Amino acid sequence: MTEPTATMIDQEKLYKSWGLSEAEFKIISEDILHRLPNYTEAGLFSVMWSEHCSYKNSKNVLRKFPNKGKRVLAGPGEDAGIIDIDDNQAVVFKAESHNHPSAVEPYQGPATGVGGIIRDIFSMGATPVAMLNSLKFGNLDNHHTKYLANEIVAGIGGYGNCIGIPTVGGEISFQKRYENNPVVNAMCVGLINNSDIKYGQASGEDNLIIYVGAKTGRDGIHGATFASDEFTDENKTQRSAVQVGDPFMEKLLMDACIELVQKHSEWIMGIQDMGAAGLVSSTAEMASKAESGLVLELDQVPQRETEMSAYEIMLSESQERMVLCVKPEYKEKIIEFFENAGLDAVVIGRVTTDKQYKIYQHGELVTDIPVAGLVDDAPEYVHEGTMPERLTKDDYKHQFEPQINSLTETWLQLLKQPNIASKEYFYRTYDSQIKANTVVKPGSDAATIRVRGTNKALSMTNDGNSKLVYVDPYIGGQNAVIEGSANLIASGAEPLGITDCLNYGNPEKAEIFWEFNKSVEGMASVCEKLELPVISGNVSLYNEFNEEAIYPSPMIGMVGLVKDLKDVITQGFKRVGDAIYLVGQTNDDFNGSEIQAMQAGDVKGELNPIDLEDIKHTQANILKAIRAGVVNSCHDLSEGGLAVALAEAAFENELGFDVTTELSAVATFSETPGRFLVSVSEQDRHAFEEYFENNLQYLGNVTQRATLKLTTNDFTAELTMSEALNTWKEAIPCLMK
Amino acid sequence: MKFAVIVFPGSNCDKVLYYAIKDGVKADVEMVDFRNDSLAGFDAVLIPGGFSYGDYLRSGAIAGHAPIIPAIKEMANAGKPVLGICNGFQILTEIGLLDGALIRNKNNRFICETVPLKVENDQTIFTSEYQQGETIMIPVAHGEGNYYCDDKTLARLKANHQIVFTYEDDINGSVDNIAGITNEKKNVLGMMPHPERALEELVGSADGLRMFQSVLKNHMDRVNQ
Repeated sequence: MTEPTATMIDQEKLYKSWGLSEAEFKIISEDILHRLPNYTEAGLFSVMWSEHCSYKNSKNVLRKFPNKGKRVLAGPGEDAGIIDIDDNQAVVFKAESHNHPSAVEPYQGPATGVGGIIRDIFSMGATPVAMLNSLKFGNLDNHHTKYLANEIVAGIGGYGNCIGIPTVGGEISFQKRYENNPVVNAMCVGLINNSDIKYGQASGEDNLIIYVGAKTGRDGIHGATFASDEFTDENKTQRSAVQVGDPFMEKLLMDACIELVQKHSEWIMGIQDMGAAGLVSSTAEMASKAESGLVLELDQVPQRETEMSAYEIMLSESQERMVLCVKPEYKEKIIEFFENAGLDAVVIGRVTTDKQYKIYQHGELVTDIPVAGLVDDAPEYVHEGTMPERLTKDDYKHQFEPQINSLTETWLQLLKQPNIASKEYFYRTYDSQIKANTVVKPGSDAATIRVRGTNKALSMTNDGNSKLVYVDPYIGGQNAVIEGSANLIASGAEPLGITDCLNYGNPEKAEIFWEFNKSVEGMASVCEKLELPVISGNVSLYNEFNEEAIYPSPMIGMVGLVKDLKDVITQGFKRVGDAIYLVGQTNDDFNGSEIQAMQAGDVKGELNPIDLEDIKHTQANILKAIRAGVVNSCHDLSEGGLAVALAEAAFENELGFDVTTELSAVATFSETPGRFLVSVSEQDRHAFEEYFENNLQYLGNVTQRATLKLTTNDFTAELTMSEALNTWKEAIPCLMK
Repeated sequence: MKFAVIVFPGSNCDKVLYYAIKDGVKADVEMVDFRNDSLAGFDAVLIPGGFSYGDYLRSGAIAGHAPIIPAIKEMANAGKPVLGICNGFQILTEIGLLDGALIRNKNNRFICETVPLKVENDQTIFTSEYQQGETIMIPVAHGEGNYYCDDKTLARLKANHQIVFTYEDDINGSVDNIAGITNEKKNVLGMMPHPERALEELVGSADGLRMFQSVLKNHMDRVNQ
């Protein structure tokens, strides 16, 4: 194929099909290059200026997140953020979305998403220790959704199980809006000694650029641009933009990179993974961070297909590849080191001082552009938002009123809602125990892994109830952060910081932008209040199918520090006779709730304002009580409210309860945030109550009898353990048949 | 006593197995690269779980041709303890040290769970610290753990008490719920469950510890005789 000439690209506006606008093309040719870009150059700009790489539509919104904190060692801009956990150790984490690839290639899409996020962690020099994921599917009432769910979960497990990192937690939810555009967010958590931290920098004149790992093929070309476009029936089958993963290769690459960093740190200046926009993005960003230039020799790049053009080599998103910047005197040693690990490592370029990004192929200079132009000069768009019409309707002021004829019936019905029912069917296909550090396995509020060789542990969670964000972007956004924090607190951890995946529709539409902006403002307000820095993350926009957007779906990934293993706690009741408490006030919060979705078939209505001071106070006291050793179990109340939380607490160890509350039956399904269900030994009751003044309610006791007994001021319900447990456990396996 | 943990490309339970010996039973242990061709100086061989060579072709098939394999066979023939866990079990059946084969789980899905196992034979060097008929809790994590052998082989395994562990529930479709078997001389054990992940109550179970204690104790008893 002959490549189009620079003139053709300009006159026939070919750049448009690659995602560049006329105005952007004008900036490139007139302000940056002062000439027309050739085919390769135009391709590089189009991918580096895509939303996925440049955040041009979201930057000014993302600035609203706080990202500083006394423990933060590295924040946004690196492959992953880093937070100090004392003893000269740090935790490294990041989450990334792979929604579009998962929709078209439901096994390889999520698999390569997992591979990519793992590389982001070990490229910092860290050892990945755990993975989580947040998945949103359509309703399980059709073959296509079941197929997607099965394949996506298998893809995640296939990669994580093989590479040997435990998948310890996450969330799965279902809503029709995700039917053709599932949300697939994966998070990886790593550990590092502070002295081993490496950054993605290409610095020092004549230092060498080394390419390590799999060969480059034609797969995934323009993946980043693809991810920055909406789905329609036409491009639904755009499979060429999806890559194929090889977890075995990545295992070799991971082990070698970690060993190199730990044993020969002085050999390397910088290290970065080749993710979205492959070779161009990784090398250009490395040069940009160091304010250097680069010369690349494409003939040296290992290729697994013949006659690849410069454009194809630079934009390929072949998986399992890394770029290193190394000192020339260590070149032989590094190549030998990787050879011993069964990996190809080759020098493909060197660092220069002229701040130009130059690429040679077959002896010809095929690209010569300023690094800054490519990486930093993408225009920033500040969109105007408009409140979505649905939020302006009169009935939005109205609080939903659930109808209950039988508490028993409503309770059971809610337990089998897919959003509430046990997700074991999915998560037991993930190896959650490999490495033998998993203290709290999937199924509790947060997962916990111990830090081997210390008395510390890390708790982690993925949260984002998109129903709440949909009905009220600001307060729903607040809720996502509160929920994450509450889950960590309930597991005995002190929340350290946040990574996020912000999944929304097309931001060029005013209503979508408004949702995006408002929900970020909501999240940021809680981050500020609870002093939680956002240290990494990713934005996934254009999640639409045939013009219908997904629910605004921010995912909050949070990591917390358990200072002493004795503080590790789970949601399940532990001992017969323990006293059960509800901490926090219950209000009428039914808009956006599971019971509204179940009874009304849809969610709507604004949410009640949240008293953040109160949330902060309650969470802090829960943690104090746990650390004082007076809490036996703790469960954050979320979807389905008190009634569902009670059942879940009973299921873990199959212990029953006898609970009486002054609340009405309806109120036991309210989803007021900031509440916890706690069980306490009889002798610790007084000590426990001291922490909460009047902000708690004694409910009853854990019982030997295998029954779940709930008495409200208007109803009494009694479920047998087997009936309740089966209803909750079998709902999803039954739907998946 | 000195243990070797064999490391193949793609092994991913090697480190935990190493910790099980070093920290669990506090014995001497070394990681041995698959490219070595000798196990001189070692008293026992441990083949870890994982996805050697990505499980490409067939699980354990490529590892079965690694340079270290003849040395492992030599150890087995010399009567020294050889323990293969998960992918290690698959490799042991591939190289013919153990009978049968491990195929896809019957429902075609990976399973990770801590499951009850029944100790079927406490008269081996691997199980002497357990009680016959005892139930122990050990994690499994596999996609191809469905043990298969023909009727004749099964009859022989039974007659010779080579079935050491069975699952209390049918979790993967294995013939007779077999979770672990030995060779005829009972110095080679292959099992799908992961005892090395069950050394501390903190991570869910400490029932795996006694397996490594058994191996160590039997060795020391023999040395002291």
